[in-house]
Amino acid sequence: MADYNEMELMIVVAARELEDGSSVGVGTGAPCAAAMLAQKTHAPNLLILFEAGGVGPDLVRMPISVGDSRTFYHGVRAGSMSDIMEPCARGMVDYTFLGGAQIDSYGNMNSTVIGGDHDHPKVRLPGSGGANDYASYCWRTMVMTVHDRRRFVEKVDFITSPGYLTGAGAREAAGLPVGTGPYRVITNMAVLGYDDATRRMMVLSINPGYTREDVQNATGFELLWSPDLGATDEPTAEELRILREEIDPQRYFIGRA
Amino acid sequence: MTILEQGIGEIFTNPDPDEARAFFRTKSRRKSVKLTELADAVTEYVHDGDYLVIGGFGAVRAPMAAVHEIVRQGRRNLGFAGHTSTHDIQVLSVGGVYDRVDIAYVVGLEARGLSKACRSRFESGEVTVTEDSNHGLALRFKAAAMGVPFLPMRNTLGTDTFRYSTGRTVECPFTGKKVVLKPALYADVAFIHVHEADVYGNARFRGIQISDLDVANSAKHVVITAERLIPHEEMVRTPETISIPYYLVDAVCEVPGGAYPVAMPYEYYSDEEHLKQWLTVEQDAEKYDAFVQEYVYGCRDHADYIQKRGGAALMRELRRVELNLDMEAHHG
Repeated sequence: MADYNEMELMIVVAARELEDGSSVGVGTGAPCAAAMLAQKTHAPNLLILFEAGGVGPDLVRMPISVGDSRTFYHGVRAGSMSDIMEPCARGMVDYTFLGGAQIDSYGNMNSTVIGGDHDHPKVRLPGSGGANDYASYCWRTMVMTVHDRRRFVEKVDFITSPGYLTGAGAREAAGLPVGTGPYRVITNMAVLGYDDATRRMMVLSINPGYTREDVQNATGFELLWSPDLGATDEPTAEELRILREEIDPQRYFIGRA
Repeated sequence: MTILEQGIGEIFTNPDPDEARAFFRTKSRRKSVKLTELADAVTEYVHDGDYLVIGGFGAVRAPMAAVHEIVRQGRRNLGFAGHTSTHDIQVLSVGGVYDRVDIAYVVGLEARGLSKACRSRFESGEVTVTEDSNHGLALRFKAAAMGVPFLPMRNTLGTDTFRYSTGRTVECPFTGKKVVLKPALYADVAFIHVHEADVYGNARFRGIQISDLDVANSAKHVVITAERLIPHEEMVRTPETISIPYYLVDAVCEVPGGAYPVAMPYEYYSDEEHLKQWLTVEQDAEKYDAFVQEYVYGCRDHADYIQKRGGAALMRELRRVELNLDMEAHHG
């Protein structure tokens, strides 16, 4: 068994979800590392888009800003924000990764305010940025996050970006593009998906070192469990080598092993 | 058309295209020399209460020299478009310049962390906030550029982002599907930083555009800050490279390093060490006061600021990072 940390595992798990020939809208940090790893392993033809306008870069260096020139270095487009959101709205972007302060059982996400009310919040967070856009338009939304009760809550303080809203059929009733929605939540403890019938979050596999009880105790709502529940596949030595030597040699995002 | 749902966010600017047309009828089309000192352009085109747009993408190609000057001149009660606004709104928070903001993204400096000073402004309740998304704001600029009162989109539906936004949900007359209509946003003044401009205000920039072309086409007044002036003859030799033509532009200011400390594509990378300083120093009120005294109020102009930070040697270093020359040097 290779020696690795939880962030490395999460990045590897996320990378494996991205098929060759598909497209993904990413931000900086772990999602970008996952897209880079996918490109360097099983998905050389993964099309990567950055919301500020960069498309298809040769990611020789990790961008710090979603708009810095590394997001279009040797790329095919250095366009506008609309140049990214329009193909998303047309249905040409398969995957996206979102971050947020809170997520509920339907995958609704909050990155706007915590506590108080909207006009007098206890904590003001950045807001939607492109998150609501991506979560509305991309076919499959994924989230990479640390797993704890502060983040996994029964009810988010503010729905910044739509998950399945109130359950099955709710996105379609609201008018969001048909067939879109949350797909995976990749945490340090487990890999989760969503139950087709109820659209509630469901554990697909548990990461090495954690138990079913650990995962439930770190979650502020009742989890569903896949009938095929298993253990998350560990990173291979080759995946770890690429991640450490080629993608994040300074270990900005993956931290210490 | 029946409104099915209505956001409660305040619409800070008038979306009426005829009001805008009446203004644009009077806007000069003269190809006159518009070369201006930045301080004079800020005095002339930014008034207390105006609605301001800052071009670029926060940490990329934002006209930081203009932002510093607006703070130095002590403008108050500005409306502001937070169209992924990061270090720019962090600096605008120094003087409490704004009191109403359309928020797609503020407060954060992306992966670098959250600005305490900016957060405090919003948590104080002194700022009126209307929520939006990046695509939503992009469409609002595009609608204004098109001279139409609104454009439709298919996002924000079902969320609190919609509830606190300017959106109106209606049924599409062609398909019966729900769409969200976003009102045109005609800003009073926009600042856009570019690589090159001529004395008439023809301007061109390289790299991503964000929403700057629609902003330049819709703001009532446009001030260009440019890394360098080039001869008009050189500019018009390749008209297809002109991003913003002179008739949209009110003033052009030559400001080398005008985006510093954020990145300028193909010119210099962001000064990450200094951006980290900004985030850190905000944690301590006393240090913060001294810091903004030194780097904002205590600077004559942007050249003075860059000089204090390391001048030509620093800019050479940032240029090497931007162009990956530092990597090539390491590889030997």
